[in-house]
Amino acid sequence: MLQQFGKYILFMSSLFFRGESPRILFNRTIDEAILIGINSIVIVAIVSTFIGAVTCVQVSYNLTSALIPRSTIGFMVREMTILELAPTITSIVLAGKVGSSIAGGLGTMQITEQVDALEVMGINSASYLVLPKVIASLFVFPMLVIIAMFLSIAGGYVAGTLSGEITAVQYITGIRGDFVPYNILFALIKSVVFAFLISSISSFRGYYTSGGALEVGAASTSAVTTSVIAVLIADFILAQVLL
Amino acid sequence: MIEIHNIQKTFGDKKVLDGVSGVFEAGKTNLLLGASGTGKSVLLKCIVGLIKPDVGSVTFDGTYFTNSKLDIKQEIRRKIGMLFQGSALFDSMTVEQNVEFPLKMLTDMNKSERMDRVNFCLQRVGLENANKKMPAEISGGMKKRVGIARAIAPNCTYLFCDEPNSGLDPQTSLKIDELILEITQEYNITTIIVTHDMNSVIEIGDKIMFLFEGKKLWEGTRDEILDTDVKELNEFIFSNRLMRDAKKVEDNSSM
Repeated sequence: MLQQFGKYILFMSSLFFRGESPRILFNRTIDEAILIGINSIVIVAIVSTFIGAVTCVQVSYNLTSALIPRSTIGFMVREMTILELAPTITSIVLAGKVGSSIAGGLGTMQITEQVDALEVMGINSASYLVLPKVIASLFVFPMLVIIAMFLSIAGGYVAGTLSGEITAVQYITGIRGDFVPYNILFALIKSVVFAFLISSISSFRGYYTSGGALEVGAASTSAVTTSVIAVLIADFILAQVLL
Repeated sequence: MIEIHNIQKTFGDKKVLDGVSGVFEAGKTNLLLGASGTGKSVLLKCIVGLIKPDVGSVTFDGTYFTNSKLDIKQEIRRKIGMLFQGSALFDSMTVEQNVEFPLKMLTDMNKSERMDRVNFCLQRVGLENANKKMPAEISGGMKKRVGIARAIAPNCTYLFCDEPNSGLDPQTSLKIDELILEITQEYNITTIIVTHDMNSVIEIGDKIMFLFEGKKLWEGTRDEILDTDVKELNEFIFSNRLMRDAKKVEDNSSM
């Protein structure tokens, strides 16, 4: 494991040597941002809306005391969404979608000698292929997390009001009460860290694929599992350090 | 001209290359011949720098390559074109974009100059109407042609072909061989081809190096190869019934 970590560090440092021109890097980053962002919006929207809805219903189910105002449901949906559900669940979903796609794509390029073709041309394949994915993820993940926050809170509103658990006024009062702006910053910091972990780990797994189609599948699986574990560990560390 | 000296490479306990030396001349098709697993592709990858040999050196027109500084390596690599066994075309790009890619990355050409060169190269390999096709939409032979077009697009000085005939029918193989030969002579390129196809040897083998268990056992021309007394080479050549029959006919006619 230590050897793998050392290899990962060397791999990441190799991204910054013999890089391509800023113009090529910019164009490649935009392409990757479109691939990662646009292609993930639907799944992020579905997951976050339902997570918000379920959170609202379950919080309502647990709040049985008449002494606790119903607006607390809105407050709790907002806090859980911003602090944990939007950044972490969105990142775990993206680890599955984006991580497996990155590892599978790079793995296929590796076994079909497309990576060798780049190297023979004198192009740093790691820098050309991986750096734009990492940079694009750093920008796109926070955007997706912001969308997830909005939709999750909106999902809670729809579920709460339609089921009759809470009135619209109570929910809006709840989500507006005791708002701490730092929590948004905390969520965005988390999303940037998770973006780096998912994109770099998946790229590392994909880039070092050797063999055939079976190994590409194994690399994708490994990329997702390793990324999810890394995200959860980082989640705990960031909560301890930043809150 | 490419010179290799005492190339050795070991993977684990297996010595794949054992002190291979030789000279590959410009304007000629130099063939690395041998059965599967004899180290031909590894030698080719050692020459282009995709694999670092344990011992030995490679020089390109007198410039030392193997352990040279990165900028020197980069300079030489930009003169290299390579046709891979599976063509290694970029899946996400069209034929045109594949051929344009090295021009975009390695030259200062503007878009119209690049497109002129792309069209010229595609025309040169006989693919005038395939510009907008994706690699998945074209045949194996066409992929090889695109691979050749991509390799020659930036005016390469050295062309490497890793089993250019693999997976192709004999007629298409012959066309690819002829194309490589024409391009080599036309642009005075130093071409090295890895093959185990005797048809290629007979058709285009200006100079042939026979590898056996990681060692160079024989070197010569296509005119000399059928008269060799190297046992392993004879076994390799005449493992094919067609070649045995051809030899019988030749022997009978000379008697």
